[in-house]
Amino acid sequence: MIEAAALCKSFGTVQAVRDVSFGAADGEITGLLGPNGAGKSTTLRMLYGVLTPDSGSARIDGLDIRGETSSARAHLGVLPHSAGLYANLTARENIEYFGSLHGIAHAALEARLQELVRALDMASFIDRRAKGFSQGQRIKTALARALIHSPANLILDEPTNGLDVMAIRNLRDILRDLRSQGRCILFSSHVMQEVAALCDRVVIIGGGSVLAEGTLESIRGRTRAASLEEAFLHILGASEGIA
Amino acid sequence: MRALLKVFAKEFLENLRDRRTLISALVFGPLFGPILFGAMVSRMLNQSLVESDEPLKITLSGAEHAPNLVSFLESHGVTLVFTALTEAAARVTVKRGTTAVVLIVPDDYAPRFAAALPAPLLLVADSSDSQTRKIAERLRALLGGYGSGIAQLRLQVRGVDPLLAVPVAVNEIDVTTPAGRAVVVLGFMTYFVLFSVLMGGLYLAIDSTAGERERGSLEALLSLPVARSALVGGKILATCAYMCLSLAINLTAFVFVFRFVPLERLGMSANLGAGTALEFFAICLPFVPLGAALMTFVASFTRSYREAQTYLTSVLLVPTLPIAFASIYSLKTKSALMFIPSLSQHLLMTSVLKDEPIAPLDVLVSAGSALGIALLLIVLTARHWRRETMLG
Repeated sequence: MIEAAALCKSFGTVQAVRDVSFGAADGEITGLLGPNGAGKSTTLRMLYGVLTPDSGSARIDGLDIRGETSSARAHLGVLPHSAGLYANLTARENIEYFGSLHGIAHAALEARLQELVRALDMASFIDRRAKGFSQGQRIKTALARALIHSPANLILDEPTNGLDVMAIRNLRDILRDLRSQGRCILFSSHVMQEVAALCDRVVIIGGGSVLAEGTLESIRGRTRAASLEEAFLHILGASEGIA
Repeated sequence: MRALLKVFAKEFLENLRDRRTLISALVFGPLFGPILFGAMVSRMLNQSLVESDEPLKITLSGAEHAPNLVSFLESHGVTLVFTALTEAAARVTVKRGTTAVVLIVPDDYAPRFAAALPAPLLLVADSSDSQTRKIAERLRALLGGYGSGIAQLRLQVRGVDPLLAVPVAVNEIDVTTPAGRAVVVLGFMTYFVLFSVLMGGLYLAIDSTAGERERGSLEALLSLPVARSALVGGKILATCAYMCLSLAINLTAFVFVFRFVPLERLGMSANLGAGTALEFFAICLPFVPLGAALMTFVASFTRSYREAQTYLTSVLLVPTLPIAFASIYSLKTKSALMFIPSLSQHLLMTSVLKDEPIAPLDVLVSAGSALGIALLLIVLTARHWRRETMLG
């Protein structure tokens, strides 16, 4: 379970995030939807603790990411916006490196890796160096890296960026699979269809604030729009005074 | 500590697979100095050997006017080539380099010599060429000897004691030991050693900081439940390992080069055997963490590989400053100077080369100050890594 409570963050005079609160429950996929520059990445970065909020707090399974950083992070897997790999290491070595930094013992690490290779269908490239990987292979490796310690919660920042249709479908199946295991998944996107296809709940964010929150149906119902896209535009437009 | 070692192992392995790092750290960095040095010293040796061993070969014009001078030169082992050249023609041949030095005896030489007036001789040489300059110098010395011999004879004939014409006798006493003389030649070798230390870690320092950021792997790494000091420590430790490797290769190459450069033939002895190399290694060892921490610290502030490269190449020049300072002011080993890293290593290595006794306290101060500054830089780097601006 991931909880954001009244998060605020400014960079100089720019207020990137103002008073953002929402929750993402276990066994659900929550989408953080918003246009570019809405504050999605900043919000997520505060949730996984690489940015310190000016005020407000973030909790992972009830653990404060600032106060109990290590234990909170042990419950959390992260796929950041730029999920780069070490080009001179194989996919296996990339994943094992993160696993070992999580403090997983060698035998358990191997077993978990086997599981992930099967679940993410990585057998064909697991022992190849990451140098020549396709974007799809790169995302899978980065995802396996984020899942190596079997975290109950997973944060993904625009994971579908640069993926082709097949790879996106593949990723969706993987995320649904993780949901069915009871994990809490929070991912951000600026692509509405992405969110519509996958999420149980949506948090719409614009100009650094939460504009709407709820199930897809409830949001559409509330705006009386015919489609989610219209609802999305309606909500954003209202906030920017262009509706 | 476990995490630190994991980071170290990964950085070490990853860079072992990177051709650019390997070539720079283990080939170019450590071998550049010894090769350049070997080539330069052998050339210098060859030149000075040519100077004293080879018989002088002089082109002489107008020999018929000075038969006495000709026999003097020949008796002093000078090979003479007889020609008839005007001054203008001599200028041309020397300028073209077809002849090194031309000596012209003008027509009025014989009458003026007979009349005990200064008899003119024309020496045509190109002083911008170090080879012919040396030949001209040797010829000038011979002619000077001939002239003073004649002068003494003239005085004696006139009943004057020739010693009256020698008011002072200068005796030079050169106190440099053979090893000390070699130090002049070997002075800049210590910089090559320190250079190889830094080059060994340069690319690793960049790759593990700016490279990590540019690849986009930094954010994922920073979101792990690992202390930032462990990340920084592991990275600096891996950088240190490559620097030690580079230093070891560098010193081995120097020992090898010195086996083939015949310094003894110049009356110098270079003390660079395996034992000295080990002493050098020990002297430079405290400089390793200092260099690694400094480079990692600087690279941590840069946004890209290219930017880091720009800043770190200037870091490579940092150890030259105290050494240059030392040679300008010809500083001698003093305990107070042992607080200055790179200068203290330079002075200690020079003392080892000169076979001078080394005070254990100096070694301790040198190592202590380098390690102290290294520790400070490590703490500062770790603090910077804890900041959120680290994400870029």
